[in-house]
Amino acid sequence: MAIIVDKNCCVGCTLCVPACPFAAIDMVNGLAVINDQCTICGACIEVCPVTAISRDDEGTECEVCTPESYSGVWVFAEQRQGQMLNIAYELLGEGKKLAGALNVPLSAVLIGSNVAPMAKDLYAYGADTVYLVEDKELELYRTETYTAAFVGLVKKYMPEIILMGATHIGRDLAPRVAGRLVTGLTADCTELGIDLEERILLQTRPAFGGNIMATILCPVHRPQIATVRSGVMKKAAPDYDKTGSLVREAYRSREVKVRTKVREIVKEMGKVVNLEDAKVVVCGGRGIGSAAGFALLEKLAQKLGGVVGGSRGAVDAGWLPSGHQVGQTGKTVHPKLYIACGISGAIQHVAGMQGSKMIVAINKNPAAPIFKVADYGIVGDVHQVLPLLIAALDEQGAPPISLKQADD
Amino acid sequence: MKIVVCIKQVPNTTEVKFDQKTGTLIREGLPTIINPEDKNALEEALAIAGPVGGQVTVLTMGPAQADYALRETLAMGAHEAILLSDRAFAGADTWATSYALAKAVEKLGEFSLIFCGRQAIDGDTAQVGPELAEHLDIPHITYVRRIVALDEKTVVVERALEDGYEIVESTMPALLTTLKELNVPRYPSAGGVITAFDEKKVMVWTAESVGADPAKIGLKGSPTQVKRTFTPPVKGTGKMLTGTHKEMVQQLIQELRTKHVL
Repeated sequence: MAIIVDKNCCVGCTLCVPACPFAAIDMVNGLAVINDQCTICGACIEVCPVTAISRDDEGTECEVCTPESYSGVWVFAEQRQGQMLNIAYELLGEGKKLAGALNVPLSAVLIGSNVAPMAKDLYAYGADTVYLVEDKELELYRTETYTAAFVGLVKKYMPEIILMGATHIGRDLAPRVAGRLVTGLTADCTELGIDLEERILLQTRPAFGGNIMATILCPVHRPQIATVRSGVMKKAAPDYDKTGSLVREAYRSREVKVRTKVREIVKEMGKVVNLEDAKVVVCGGRGIGSAAGFALLEKLAQKLGGVVGGSRGAVDAGWLPSGHQVGQTGKTVHPKLYIACGISGAIQHVAGMQGSKMIVAINKNPAAPIFKVADYGIVGDVHQVLPLLIAALDEQGAPPISLKQADD
Repeated sequence: MKIVVCIKQVPNTTEVKFDQKTGTLIREGLPTIINPEDKNALEEALAIAGPVGGQVTVLTMGPAQADYALRETLAMGAHEAILLSDRAFAGADTWATSYALAKAVEKLGEFSLIFCGRQAIDGDTAQVGPELAEHLDIPHITYVRRIVALDEKTVVVERALEDGYEIVESTMPALLTTLKELNVPRYPSAGGVITAFDEKKVMVWTAESVGADPAKIGLKGSPTQVKRTFTPPVKGTGKMLTGTHKEMVQQLIQELRTKHVL
C-alpha cells in the first residue's frame, strides 16, 4: 500500500508539493518523491496534471461487510438523568436530511432507565422509530453497559449511518462502539452529505488544528459513524402531531462484562454556561489582560442579554473556567451577535465561532486575523472601547432586544 | 506496577503559518512536539510509578523521526520506549492505529494501567485511547482530571463532564485518557537528557515483530479514508470602522440597529 510516482510521467511541475497536507513530497532532481510522512491520503493524486501519481490500493475491499445489507439513519438520543440533551434534536435535524436523501427512515436510539416518555419528543423532532433499551443498570452512563446495549441494536437492525453528539459521553461511547463493530468513526464533523451514486456518507471535519478541512469516507465498512459537536447542526421545529413506532429491546445484563462503577456525579454550577444556545456571546482573549478585566465583558453581555466566553489564551491564563472556552478545543457557538474583545483570531478560535451571524471585533492590532472574519472591526484598546460601548447602549436604553429566536 | 504510556509526535499546529499571498498552509519547518496531553499522561504514570518502584514504558507508532519524542520521554524519566514503525502502518486511521498499538501492548505482557492523552492536537479525534482499550478488552475512562485513589486492583478517578464531573471506579488493568488539568508535566532532567541519548535504547518494533495481521494495519486495515483536503473558505472582509473610539462605537451601534441585531 503506497503512493507511487511514475518517474517517466512526472514533469516536475511541483503542484503536488503544496497539495500534500503532511509535507510528504520532496522534489529530488526535478521529480516528486514521496517521503516517510506520507499517510497515503491521496491529496496529491487529484492535483497531478499528468496523472503520474497513483495509489496501489488493491485489497481495500473487506469480505466481511456488505454495505447493501445496512439501511437507515440512526441518531444517539443522549439523555442524562432523564434530561434529553439538545444535541439529540440537532442530530435529528441533520439526520432527517440524510435520511431524506437516501430515502430511508430516521431512527433514534434511547438508552436509560425510565426514559420511554421521552420518545414523543424524539418523534416530534423527526424520528420515525425509537429503539429503546431500558434497564435499571442503564440509569447512569457507563462505557461498558451502553456499548453493549448500542452494539446489540446495531447488530440486529443494521443501520447504515449513526450520528452521535461529540459530548464527553458521545466521544467515550462512539469509539468503543466503532472499535467493536470494526467500522469507521469520524469525529467532530462540521458538514455531512451523501454521495448518492456510491451511497456513501461524506464526512467533513477540521484537521490539523483546524488549519485544513478534510472529507472522510468509510467506503466499505458499516455502519458509518460520525460525531458532531453541539451547536453545529440545526434542529428542526418540533411537530408534536407526528408520532412514530417504538421498538423495545431487552438489556441482557448477564452477558455484559462490567468492570466500572459510577460512584457519584457532581455538578459544578459555576461551570455551567450555555454558550451553544446563547444569542449573544461576548468573548475575551489575551488582550483583556486579567481575570478582573472580564468584569467589563460581563457587564456588556448582561446589557445585551448574552453570555461571556473566552479564547484558549484567556482560559489557559486562568481568567475564565474552561467551560467558557470557545474554539476548536472548546465550544462551537453560533450566536446572532459575537463580540470578540482582545482576541487575535487564531484559526483554532475562528473554527469555533465563524458560524456566528454577525461578528464584531475589537483589537488594538490592526493586523489581527480576527478582522478577516469580522463584519465590523474596531481598532482600539478594549479597555477604552468597551466602557464607551456600554455607556452608548445605556444612553440608547438598549433593551435585551429582539433576540427571542436566532433560528430564523 | 507496570504502566504503559502511549504518546504521539505531532506537528505544533498552534504555530502554523499561512502564505499571505496564496492563503495556503506553510508546512515546511513546522516543529514537532510531544502531543501536550500525552505529557500529562506520562507525568501521571511517572508520579504513580515513582514511589512504588514501578516501570513506565512509553509506546508510540510513527515514522523513524518519532525516536526523538521517545528520547524526550526517557529524559523525563520513562524506563523504556518502544517505537512501532513500519511502512506497512502508513495511512492508518484510528481503528488501524489502535489495533497496531494493541498488538504492541500484548507483546509487552502484563500491565496495570495504560495512560493516553485525551486527544492529539493534529487530529483532535480522541478515539485511539478508547479503541485501544476495546481491542485489549479492558475498561477505559476518558477525560480523567484527577486520580482519587489507587491500589493494586482498583483505580478511582474524577472524570470531567461538561457541567461538573463524575467519580468513576474501575478494576485494573484499565486505560485512562488524561486532561491537562490532571497535573503539570515535569521537565527533563539534565542527567536524564544525557542518559536518554547515550545509554537508554529505543526499541523499534515492526508490524511483523508484534504479530499484526497485515489486513488490519495501515491504509488497508483502515475503515475510513481521506477523500480530499482543502483550506477552509475565507469569509469576505468586513467593514473597518474609523474615527475616534467614540465615533466608532456610535457607528457600530447604528450598523447593528440597521441590521436589526439590536
